[in-house]
Amino acid sequence: MTALRKRAIVSLRSAPSLPRHVRIQYDPVRQAFAVLSPEKVFWPNEISLDILRRCDGQSTVDNIITGLAADYDADPENVAADVIAFLQEWSDKLLVKL
Amino acid sequence: MSEPILPPIGMLAELTHRCPLQCPYCSNPLELLKANRELDTQTWLDLFSQAADLGVLQVHLSGGEPTLRRDLEQLIAGLSARGVYTNLITAGVGIAEGRIEAFAEAGLDHLQLSFQGARPATTDRIGNHQGSHEKKLETARRARAAGLPLTINAPVHRHNIQEVPEYIDLALSLGAERIEIANVQYAGWALTNRDRLMPDLAAVNRQADIVAAARERLAGIMDIDFVTPDYFAIYPKPCMGGWARDAFMVAPDGIVLPCHAAQTIPSLRFERFGERRLAEIWTDSPAFNAFRGTDWMQEPCRSCERREVDWGGCRCQAMAIAGDAAATDPACVKSPIHKYMAILTDAAQEEAASEGNESFIFRRIGATIRPSTRA
Repeated sequence: MTALRKRAIVSLRSAPSLPRHVRIQYDPVRQAFAVLSPEKVFWPNEISLDILRRCDGQSTVDNIITGLAADYDADPENVAADVIAFLQEWSDKLLVKL
Repeated sequence: MSEPILPPIGMLAELTHRCPLQCPYCSNPLELLKANRELDTQTWLDLFSQAADLGVLQVHLSGGEPTLRRDLEQLIAGLSARGVYTNLITAGVGIAEGRIEAFAEAGLDHLQLSFQGARPATTDRIGNHQGSHEKKLETARRARAAGLPLTINAPVHRHNIQEVPEYIDLALSLGAERIEIANVQYAGWALTNRDRLMPDLAAVNRQADIVAAARERLAGIMDIDFVTPDYFAIYPKPCMGGWARDAFMVAPDGIVLPCHAAQTIPSLRFERFGERRLAEIWTDSPAFNAFRGTDWMQEPCRSCERREVDWGGCRCQAMAIAGDAAATDPACVKSPIHKYMAILTDAAQEEAASEGNESFIFRRIGATIRPSTRA
């Protein structure tokens, strides 16, 4: 098997971004944000959308967790578990780059 | 039971039926349209604009071979200006120097490249085009160099099902983000060539194991989309996500269709873009409303708990095999004629063994159509 890439694993230091084939777009017809990718359209809920919007290639996972915990007035440890699981799942589907 | 009609999300634009390849499983209709029947640039642009207004978020530019349209850059730019996600589905043969870069500059989001085999000899034989494999490799390299995300499309049948592991290696070596391992769907030319294309059960089961293992091994490395073979299924696919539910397609002459093969249902009449606005066709066209939702269903679909999971399956397969477009898709185990699917696949194997030849009816304009011996 000639795998040129390796599976990326989320760490607090990863700086996730959206790959070129994925974009977030507001859809005025349905009045909702859509995530567009080859062959698939996703309708993320508010929290997923907040995570994806912070995937700017600059912010680390640690930054993202801190920011979300502040915004949602939530325990950073609980937020961390959810954010890491979400990003790993999206990275495994090639929808987020770590 | 009637739900409101939702706006469509996806549109498949068959820009042309012209193609340098002659794949015997092509999803185009048997009666191919010549270039003089194709919509002009402005009409496609108007159609795309109306599609965006209606709520279409993704347009798949296909054919035939869409790059034979000299205005493809313009069409991509038009879609891109409206924020529509564009996916080019190409055979990757004979694309002039500099054009792939021009597609990327026009705003193309993603390129999907078909390989008829993982081995050069298979690709060249199935597409009936000498040297096509090498040209496709070059197209993949140029797409990557232009920064375009890439999906390798592997249409699978008896003659290449054993190449599935090599297909996965090929896609990895080309740097693809995705591979679609798509078992041929027996409509259009594939129905005509069904006995010459149908794989056997052992090969189908091997393939499923290989794909499952590869998916696990390649999580986070390459996404594998697997289109399973209908004739070996227990439940049918929700064809097009349900008839006229969230997607539609447009033929080269502007006829708006719920799916590729819809014109094989003789009771339906379809409308042409230009004679009516797209929004009117989507909501009012009797052909779109014929199998929308669940009201049209008969038993066993009508009372089935999966009726809004698979939406009765494929109407065209019901037409082709059961002879009734409103019947349950025979791919479903609950169809009274489900057992007939196994008879058809067995018969294809017998014919393969007895004939001993692989004389496909290749897809080309004006090809003599020898009807399939069954159904």
